[in-house]
Amino acid sequence: MKIQEADAKSLLVAQGLPVPAWEVARTPQEARAAAERIFATGADSVVIKALVLVGGRGKAGGVKLAADADHAERTADLILGMDIKGITVRKVLVAAAADIIKEYYLAAVLDRDARRILLMGSSEGGVEIEHVAATNPDAIVTLRAHPYLGLLEHQARSFAFRMGLSEHWREAAAIAKGLVATMRAHDADLVEINPLGIVRERGQGGETTDRLVCLDAKITLDDSALGRHPGHEALRDLDEDDPTDRQARQADISFIKLDGTIGCMVNGAGLAMTTMDLVKRAGGEPANFLDIGGGARADKVATAMRLILSDSKVSAILVNIFGGITRGDEVARGLIEARRVQSRDVPMVVRIVGTNAEDAGRLLQEANFETAGSLDEAADKAVAASRGGAT
Amino acid sequence: MSVLIGRDTRLAIQGITGREGTFHGTAMLEYGTAVVAGSTPGKGGQRALDGRVPVFDTVADAVRETGANTSCIFVPAAGAPDAVMEAVDAGIATIFCITEGIPALDMIPVVEAVRAAGSRLIGPNCPGATSPGKAKVGIIPGSIHREGRVGVVSRSGTLTYEAVQAMSDAGIGQSTCVGIGGDPIIGTTFVDMLQLFADDPETDAIVLIGEIGGAAEEQAAAWVAEHLRDRPMAAFIAGRTAPEGKRMGHAGAIISGGSGTAGSKVAALEAAGIRVASSPTELPAILRGAGLRG
Repeated sequence: MKIQEADAKSLLVAQGLPVPAWEVARTPQEARAAAERIFATGADSVVIKALVLVGGRGKAGGVKLAADADHAERTADLILGMDIKGITVRKVLVAAAADIIKEYYLAAVLDRDARRILLMGSSEGGVEIEHVAATNPDAIVTLRAHPYLGLLEHQARSFAFRMGLSEHWREAAAIAKGLVATMRAHDADLVEINPLGIVRERGQGGETTDRLVCLDAKITLDDSALGRHPGHEALRDLDEDDPTDRQARQADISFIKLDGTIGCMVNGAGLAMTTMDLVKRAGGEPANFLDIGGGARADKVATAMRLILSDSKVSAILVNIFGGITRGDEVARGLIEARRVQSRDVPMVVRIVGTNAEDAGRLLQEANFETAGSLDEAADKAVAASRGGAT
Repeated sequence: MSVLIGRDTRLAIQGITGREGTFHGTAMLEYGTAVVAGSTPGKGGQRALDGRVPVFDTVADAVRETGANTSCIFVPAAGAPDAVMEAVDAGIATIFCITEGIPALDMIPVVEAVRAAGSRLIGPNCPGATSPGKAKVGIIPGSIHREGRVGVVSRSGTLTYEAVQAMSDAGIGQSTCVGIGGDPIIGTTFVDMLQLFADDPETDAIVLIGEIGGAAEEQAAAWVAEHLRDRPMAAFIAGRTAPEGKRMGHAGAIISGGSGTAGSKVAALEAAGIRVASSPTELPAILRGAGLRG
């Protein structure tokens, strides 16, 4: 589960990491009030950032500076309601614009191959790490945390020096430890600071101090661990939570909406992806990924059908079940019941093999369902049906 | 011979008295697997699976009393990492963890401890393994298999059944078929399995079934290019149409930052001389084209 920058920053602050103060505003007026409070602390200008769960906000025009409260209000008005990669901006983050001397990249991620937490840093901050990896891989510094003990003090120190942060090594080592601590405390898959910045701060008498601070924060939480972190559910962004996402979650169905016209209902994630791929190979476009899970019963099948049909672009449905723990006849009954009550009649092609497939076939035949033997045949038939052709 | 499991497998089922443990335990027994014990704390002394299998309070008791050398875990996610450690501490050599939904960070110290103890963990979030005609451990339906000489390794469950069924229907049997699991942190990798198959005199050819996310397929391709050029192989990769940044059901199936794409995996496998099927139904023909006889 992705969480918003403001929530990610709160988790970092709770681990003692240095994050400049920020406020969240949902209206231009709230943004103005926030900006006024920030200007009162002596800031020269404020930064206003769209809070959306997609990357590339800056390029899309969702990050802007404002020099006074009026300007902040107008800027927030511009950003709020903006569409960034299909998501409507409903809130912005307002913070003092930092005087950045140098930007770095720092992240803690899961290293699947080494089966460790991997700390990854670069002196080329502010750009995507994938870009650095492609253009200047030598600029990336990595280190693996201890599998039992986490990031050790000496590891954090050496990492700070290797990052070229000798003048700020104590701060850098503390931040590195903080990232891994945040990851472990919240079961995060990713904790990313981009940029981590050396910022120049002016005191009352005009003297300056350079400090290392987290200017952005991105955290992805492990869905498998949500159950043991009761507070995490409150971090789910309901503004970006589609009603179908919520229904799928409640029914324990894995569902991802896509742009095509052929709805897919499958048991098992790998087979669900394969079914989508074969729809594409047959010349169609999948409308969704849907895994009803192992041992699905009739009622779950009916819920899955509702989820698929809630997308008005769906013009045909492909059901592909390889029964192991899942019983084919249960799925067939669920399909028959779902079709009886569904609001919209969409052609359906059903392929059920494995456990109780014969019973399923008889039930489907009696109910006049279009069936298919092989997966390839099912995909071809579904694509033909979506074009209104005979199947 | 076969790999991971075979006629010398003596299986203990952890969580044998639960719904899953009972259902799949019965199927394993009926397949002919030597299910010698089960464990459920507090139920030691009872018998499970229609009285056919003794239940012990601990895995250590099961090992001492029955000589179990392999375990299969059906314990819920909250207790599964501990169940793996219990098996390791009891001296179990081969541990299958079927449990889905274990937080990834829980598995980091567990996988390390398994390695340090010299045991082998398959999974978590895996369907188990079958050595057709010898033994089956886990939840793969026994009916799809056919005895033979092709090793199958996969990150998936039902997709593996689809591929194996296609092979069996085409008259191509399997030496061992194993699902290594769909989670980001797993005990046994593609490369580990390729090494076992490479050393198995009864495995003539290998099928690798991967999916988007991570770089395990690319590593497998590199290993094959260096060590295994003479063995007929075929592959399939799921998720050519998967969008970036979305977790496709399996915790490990996600394209992030442009890496872990199906395209990258297909290219790596083909560069290593392995043909990649565009549908599981093409696997038998590719195997025969690569030199598999029979």
